Amino acid sequence: MSDQSLLSPTGVDLVFALLALVAVASALMVVSTTQIVHAALWLVVSLGAVAGCYLVLTAEFVAWMQVLIYLGAVVVLLMFGMMLTRAPIGPSDDLTGTNRLVALFAAVALTAVLGVLVVDAFGSTMIDVSGEPSSASVMGEALFRHWVLPFEALSVLLLSALVGAIALSKSDEEA
Amino acid sequence: MGELLEAAFRLVIVFAAFLTLPLLVGQLEHKVMAHMQSRMGPMYAGGFHGWAQLVADGVKFAQKEEVVPAAADRTVFRLAPALALIPYFVAMVAIPVGPGLVGRDIDAGVFFVLAVMGVGVIGTLMAGWASANKYSLLGAVRQVSQLMAYELPFVLAAASVAMAAGSLGFTDIVDAWEPWWLIWQLPAAVVFFVAGLAELNRPPFDMPVADAEIIFGPYTEYTGLRFALFLLAEYAGIVLLCLLTSVLFLGGWHGPFVDSWVWTFAKAGVLAFVVIWLRVSYPRLRADQLQKLAWQILIPVALAQLLLTGVVTVAW
Repeated sequence: MSDQSLLSPTGVDLVFALLALVAVASALMVVSTTQIVHAALWLVVSLGAVAGCYLVLTAEFVAWMQVLIYLGAVVVLLMFGMMLTRAPIGPSDDLTGTNRLVALFAAVALTAVLGVLVVDAFGSTMIDVSGEPSSASVMGEALFRHWVLPFEALSVLLLSALVGAIALSKSDEEA
Repeated sequence: MGELLEAAFRLVIVFAAFLTLPLLVGQLEHKVMAHMQSRMGPMYAGGFHGWAQLVADGVKFAQKEEVVPAAADRTVFRLAPALALIPYFVAMVAIPVGPGLVGRDIDAGVFFVLAVMGVGVIGTLMAGWASANKYSLLGAVRQVSQLMAYELPFVLAAASVAMAAGSLGFTDIVDAWEPWWLIWQLPAAVVFFVAGLAELNRPPFDMPVADAEIIFGPYTEYTGLRFALFLLAEYAGIVLLCLLTSVLFLGGWHGPFVDSWVWTFAKAGVLAFVVIWLRVSYPRLRADQLQKLAWQILIPVALAQLLLTGVVTVAW
């Protein structure tokens, strides 16, 4: 695989490109549709396509994680929140905020920074993904040996967010 | 080419099982419920003890008119049944019923099945929202709040047995399984089964489709084939839950005399009977009882089991 160039794409590259296209296109639909629930459903398509990208890169475990957490929990919670508050059928006029230009600028800037970073770091590196799919045990080894400090820091952060959420809902009750 | 053919063949077999096993469970439910209530159940369709009743039901559903409410969001309304049903088929592909008898062996199989099963609820949400009916919407909201509470113990219980076996693959778990796990992993097994029932909206956890309160919840506006697809999804869910429980906790194809796929199906069949039994025996849980059961009983039990499994696995 190492002698392969960017100009001779394989079938896997093509599938990856198609999935990426689906992800980007549906992400555009998320921000441009005039129906709020449709935006959430397009988000499902977009996140699902990203999971497909992981799968093509043989990161099976990460792909299932993406499905379980983003499709199964995050989007469902989003839709739940919308249905509890306001989710009319048909287009709503007030979905586009006044600071859309600022948002566009932030999105473009973030894309530029990440793009430059990725190209600069891995621009000409060929990573061989044709081997065994990365199993959960490989993932666990990496996570709990090399990355155990960030992992623990993240869990403390999540715990404090949890406690914060409980504290917020408590003070609401007393008021 | 040969590999591709084999994969296609396996998918066809799984698809056939996906279409027939739910019907078997449905017929079993008709007959078992009837006999528990001193009735006969279906007796005429097909001749022998009404064996073709569900085939007749299917024909009836296919003949019915497809009605979409005027105020509904047509596209989402039509897509919803497919999104509710397909995840169960995809999940079933990864479950082995015997040594080598599996649609597609996946490395992190347990994880895959749990992840895919969680997607099905989006179909219910879509149905509830797109129907433009307040009962449908209420049903969908109830469904999600119930699912959020029961997903956690469901996954934790499965994690316990995966930890005990040291693997996320079904085949490895069944290979590592020994009879004394029946006692050691019993709390996890009970939590898994109960939480699974709640995820499937089976009585006594059928508040989202409570007919006396909100007609039929998210499925109120559905007719004909699309309604039949939702029903099929429910029974496919029962098949899936029973197969999962028997493979994860009851040793799958291990059994006295000889290891065979027959044992997997026998165990799953007994579990399906229990599912029906519970439906006939228990009244529906209220919203507060539902949440209490999940957060104050099932989750602590699952966490304690996880702790016990961790200690035993490390100390062994």
